[in-house]
Amino acid sequence: MRDVYVVGVGMIKFGRYPDKDVSQMGAEAGVLALKDAGASIKDVEMLVCGNLFQANAMNAQKILQQIGQTGIPALNVSNACATGSTAFREAYIGVASGMYDATMAVGVEQMGKMGLLGGGARSGGESVEGVLGSGLMPAVFGQAGVEHMRKHGTTAEHFAKISVKNHKHSVHNPLSQYQVEVSLDDVMNARMVAYPNTLYMCCPTGDGAAAALLMSEDKLRQFTSKPIKVATSVLTSDPYTDRDLTMPDVNTLTQNAAKEAYEKAGIGPQDLSLVELHDCFATAELLHYENLGLCGAGEAGRMIDEGRTELGGDIPVNVSGGLLSKGHPLGATGVANIYEIVTQLRGQGGARQVEGAKAGLAHVIGLGSACTIHILTA
Amino acid sequence: MTHTQRAIAPMLRLPATPDEKPYLVGYRCPECNATYIGGNRVGCSKCTYVGDLPEVRLSDHGTLYVYSIVHQSAPGIPVPYVSAIVDLPEGVSVRCNLVDIEPDPQKIEFGMPVDMVTRKVRERKEKNAHGDEETIDIIAFFFRPGKN
Repeated sequence: MRDVYVVGVGMIKFGRYPDKDVSQMGAEAGVLALKDAGASIKDVEMLVCGNLFQANAMNAQKILQQIGQTGIPALNVSNACATGSTAFREAYIGVASGMYDATMAVGVEQMGKMGLLGGGARSGGESVEGVLGSGLMPAVFGQAGVEHMRKHGTTAEHFAKISVKNHKHSVHNPLSQYQVEVSLDDVMNARMVAYPNTLYMCCPTGDGAAAALLMSEDKLRQFTSKPIKVATSVLTSDPYTDRDLTMPDVNTLTQNAAKEAYEKAGIGPQDLSLVELHDCFATAELLHYENLGLCGAGEAGRMIDEGRTELGGDIPVNVSGGLLSKGHPLGATGVANIYEIVTQLRGQGGARQVEGAKAGLAHVIGLGSACTIHILTA
Repeated sequence: MTHTQRAIAPMLRLPATPDEKPYLVGYRCPECNATYIGGNRVGCSKCTYVGDLPEVRLSDHGTLYVYSIVHQSAPGIPVPYVSAIVDLPEGVSVRCNLVDIEPDPQKIEFGMPVDMVTRKVRERKEKNAHGDEETIDIIAFFFRPGKN
């Protein structure tokens, strides 16, 4: 395998675009990434599109039909919330394998106001949602948080502080769906969705797109003098654990991915300048502090109390505003994480810049389950 | 018009004889004893055994592992309710509603003993094989605080 670099990134502001369509948003993000690198669609040798809700719509091809039908291989990826990051990984493998010198990943989603997501499942024609518990995401991640409370004495306030932090970060990100600060009282007193997650502790639905252009070392020289290296790309699925099939275990596959990523990259959690992780709910972020080795088991509550993951702390997490503020258009999310890390490693973060950022980790989880970790270095 | 009972999910068995209690079933790996909810299995994902997993009858009592209290749900679903994960003695967990308890974190204890109950949750009218309309009572299982 050879080294792979990100030479261009693009992202449209996450929000609501009822008048646009998926291929249009994806194409807009793709054009931004190409422009960022000073490249043309003619330089791209393979296009991977990540999209979940229209996974059968041939969106990668539709994007080419918008910006250049060059006849290159184009493929479509879906992997739950890890759809975008899996698309990025496929583009990465294309270059790392030596098969292509330049590939592009586009993540895009149009969700509208689709409400609560998840397996609000039926069983043989009978709806069981709300009768045999809840398969919807707020309850699933509520239970994951309550498990941490049970094991470590974590409180609802610890989780609420995650939301306060990420909303505070979001005001410096013009591409964030929401750019509003909220107080701890606001979060704690907001409408309860599924204990312990209140409204502000749940990510919004929305529309958006992000893209990344990847190149080999030889190819990139004509485009940039500041390439960002993809130090490692890891994808795991959920290994067997005792309750996983009843209560999705979001921890073990992240721990496995982190261990593999740190080993392969030769970079440990102590070497990271920033982390963009999958805060679909406030509870999730706190669990992942431990899963990613940013602190020890049972220490995540103290970590948020001490402000270590705030901008200015020793390991800032989700300076983009996170999914909680930036939004979570499913297929776009994983590529948007890469966008943020690349922006930070280039020193282009503006008011949310992590000073001297040298290495960043992007983490995504798709329930079902898939976990990706990418570590990028300046 | 006759009333017929039907389980909300295949994991719940409703015996035909009224003096026998409803029960849950699981499927147990003959190699490693991992137990699964839900049939149609090709093998065991824990030990990679491939072949039949015999059905096992599950206990009607267990302990509360964790929960969430759902305050916002899809239209038509009454809230708030407690969505719970219950550990059964057979080494498998089930997701259920925890009932007969206040939906308040102060009132819900981790590890508390819980017992299974069944209740009718809805009914539907269907034509039977003879073309006559009959009423199907949909029966679901729940767990509630245990006696001990």
